[in-house]
Amino acid sequence: MNDVNVLMVGVGGHGVILASDGMAEIGMNNGYDVKKTDSLGMAQRGGSVVSHVRWGKHVYSPMIEKGEVDFLLGFEQLEAARWASYLRPGGVAIVADVVVIPISAIDGKIPYPSWDEIKVTLAEYTDQIYLIPATRIAEEVGNPRAVNMVMLGFLSAFLALKPEAWTDTMRLRLPPKFRDSSIEAFIKGADEAKTMISVKGP
Amino acid sequence: MKQLLSGNEAIALGAYHAGVAVATAYPGTPSTEILQSIARMDGLYAEWAINEKVALEVGMGAAYGGVRTLVSMKHVGLNVAADPFFAVSTTGTIGGLVIVSCDDPGEHSSQGEQDNRHFAKIGKVPMLEPTDSQEAYDLMGWAFDISEEFDTPVLLRSTTRICHCKTVVNVNKERKSDLRQPGFQRSPAKYVMVPSNARVRRHAMEERIVKLRAYVEDFPLNEMVLADRKLGVISNGVAYQYAREVFKDASHLKLTTIYPIPANLIRRFAQEVDRLIVIEELDPFLEEEIRCLGIQVTGKDFIPIIGELNAEIVENAAVEAGILPAPSKPSLRPKSPAPQLPARRPQLCAGCPHVATEYVLRKLGFSGAGSGKELKKGEFIVTSDIGCYTLGVYPPLAALDTCACMGASIGQALGLEKAGVPNKAIAVLGDSTFMHSGITGLINVVYNQGNTTVIILDNGTTAMTGHQGHPGTGISVTGKKTQQVKLETLVEGIGIKDVTVVDAFDLKAIESTIKRCLDNDEPSVIIARGPCSLTVKTRGAPFEVDADECISCYDCLDLGCPAISLSEDKAVIDAGMCLGSACGVCAQVCPQEAISESRK
Repeated sequence: MNDVNVLMVGVGGHGVILASDGMAEIGMNNGYDVKKTDSLGMAQRGGSVVSHVRWGKHVYSPMIEKGEVDFLLGFEQLEAARWASYLRPGGVAIVADVVVIPISAIDGKIPYPSWDEIKVTLAEYTDQIYLIPATRIAEEVGNPRAVNMVMLGFLSAFLALKPEAWTDTMRLRLPPKFRDSSIEAFIKGADEAKTMISVKGP
Repeated sequence: MKQLLSGNEAIALGAYHAGVAVATAYPGTPSTEILQSIARMDGLYAEWAINEKVALEVGMGAAYGGVRTLVSMKHVGLNVAADPFFAVSTTGTIGGLVIVSCDDPGEHSSQGEQDNRHFAKIGKVPMLEPTDSQEAYDLMGWAFDISEEFDTPVLLRSTTRICHCKTVVNVNKERKSDLRQPGFQRSPAKYVMVPSNARVRRHAMEERIVKLRAYVEDFPLNEMVLADRKLGVISNGVAYQYAREVFKDASHLKLTTIYPIPANLIRRFAQEVDRLIVIEELDPFLEEEIRCLGIQVTGKDFIPIIGELNAEIVENAAVEAGILPAPSKPSLRPKSPAPQLPARRPQLCAGCPHVATEYVLRKLGFSGAGSGKELKKGEFIVTSDIGCYTLGVYPPLAALDTCACMGASIGQALGLEKAGVPNKAIAVLGDSTFMHSGITGLINVVYNQGNTTVIILDNGTTAMTGHQGHPGTGISVTGKKTQQVKLETLVEGIGIKDVTVVDAFDLKAIESTIKRCLDNDEPSVIIARGPCSLTVKTRGAPFEVDADECISCYDCLDLGCPAISLSEDKAVIDAGMCLGSACGVCAQVCPQEAISESRK
């Protein structure tokens, strides 16, 4: 049972908190000690949202130290770049194709970085960088808000738990209206990971 | 049964299982979810109080009535409730009374940072503090028992990182049922604090602390772990988790009884180790208490006194102080310097009803004097308050001059006027903040014949903390309809003759009303009414910019609306974010009339 440290970053309204809540509960239901914590407060009004999820035999600190993140889930590209330094060397960066341009980049002096620039920033810490078509997949399943489920699905492909270990908990948590489409988004995310890993190599 | 609970949920469940009968609070980050959670449970009374002072007074009455009572608030809420807090410490209680204070190290969502452990000492009240959700759950039972056994309110302190962190809780209790039935026992010597009675109670308070000092020595949730004796670490709260993570081999003493501290236990621990340190967030509270025992101890000479800690900060500080060897981890320093990334500041939402008023305030009152400059003639001062609208301090709105504490805007405006400052001051605060602490300030304006203009931004909710009810909403914590306190009736009753209700999205009406009130030499209240955009159920068709008409003047960007951005130098509106005709402020700003409802 290896320790797993996941940092989920994004902006308000993108389901970061729901995803990290779900991931923590899945860990608990599968025998891990878990802790999860968010940086929120005024962030819920358009600022960055950061969730730390830790699975382990015994977890002390709820927050992951810089350089200790196994998986960085960027629900938004700029936020992925902002938190790149939290990756451990060789950690995995999973970034959604979501761009939310902050006001400061519209009227300010620092422009929103291109994906190539973001990739360079991430590459300082790891060569395992995946930009995933999460928006497209979420639209395919008819649930545009399911980007977070695509992200979790993609992440699941790197971890030892079986897909049912994830989806069983999700079924209990998800509202009936979005249950099937969310699970489908999760499975498609996992499939996407398998395809991308086989192309890229593990 | 195992459950994943936030500290706040665990506090609520712990209180429920301890048999709490009355729960009251005013919302405030990071404490809000305690009352929200408990209000969903059956068999008890829960309420949003108008403010923390009233909450604690309600709590005091309920506890005098013999039932277990929970009062929760954020750290600065205890400042508001300080008067009843000291009072109930003096009288003691019959039913268990637990006051939860949620501190916010790092000021994630607060106007100040303060360490409320000092309240325990100055109020002569026992304080407990959990290190995770399990302890938050367990300590609630102990807190109520201690309260009743020692005739005292009990403070339970938590912090943001405990309140909002989810950890595994073994929920092993059921709701306690063998509790006292409500009833009041007449006892003027205990409850009527005239000096002759208060002097007697004063002795009871000191005797209580002496008994508690003995009691905490064997408190089961304090824990000593003896390992390597070279270093002993005493810690509390979430700092305990960082201490365990960083000082892996050391001996540890975890304290959940923060005041009074278990002196003999600490002495025993100190004797077991060569060097004793304290890892605690904010002030050197435990460190000083321990030093007063005559024990040599360090802590704040290397651990920061400001802000939240984390394992990295603790580790770096310990390495710097020579307590830990330098880490053998590979260097994490990137090859090239980190790129500059645009900041993502919190901002008012798309369709926010506060934007138009703050835009007008900026336009009328801020004609040039920058920071550090004296105001010019014709400019005015905007005293502001605690709420979402405080975000209007950031550009491009940048329309506020002050923000201090709940309700202060009105008193500040009157003070500026009475000091003889030539520029007029306008007080701006939200409906919930006005209810909380603005009413008394406004009465003071009327009584002292000020000519203050007060703008109440009435979005019909307590938005910043996540949409809680307050007396102006007429909706209770359980979502039921209750008697609504109408703002306009209230301010008229106070004696304000010039009361205007304006549509919060009508720029022209807001501007003309503010201008008129500025020329008025009697006090006035403007109620800018419009629903919080996050509560709007029916939004209109999104607005769009006619790119051919857009002259790239960027006036619309001055609203700071997150739905408006630029594409090829022309303004564009994000259809997913725009509330359309439910807002429509950008269309009123555009000099070219290039913005209108989408016809798609």
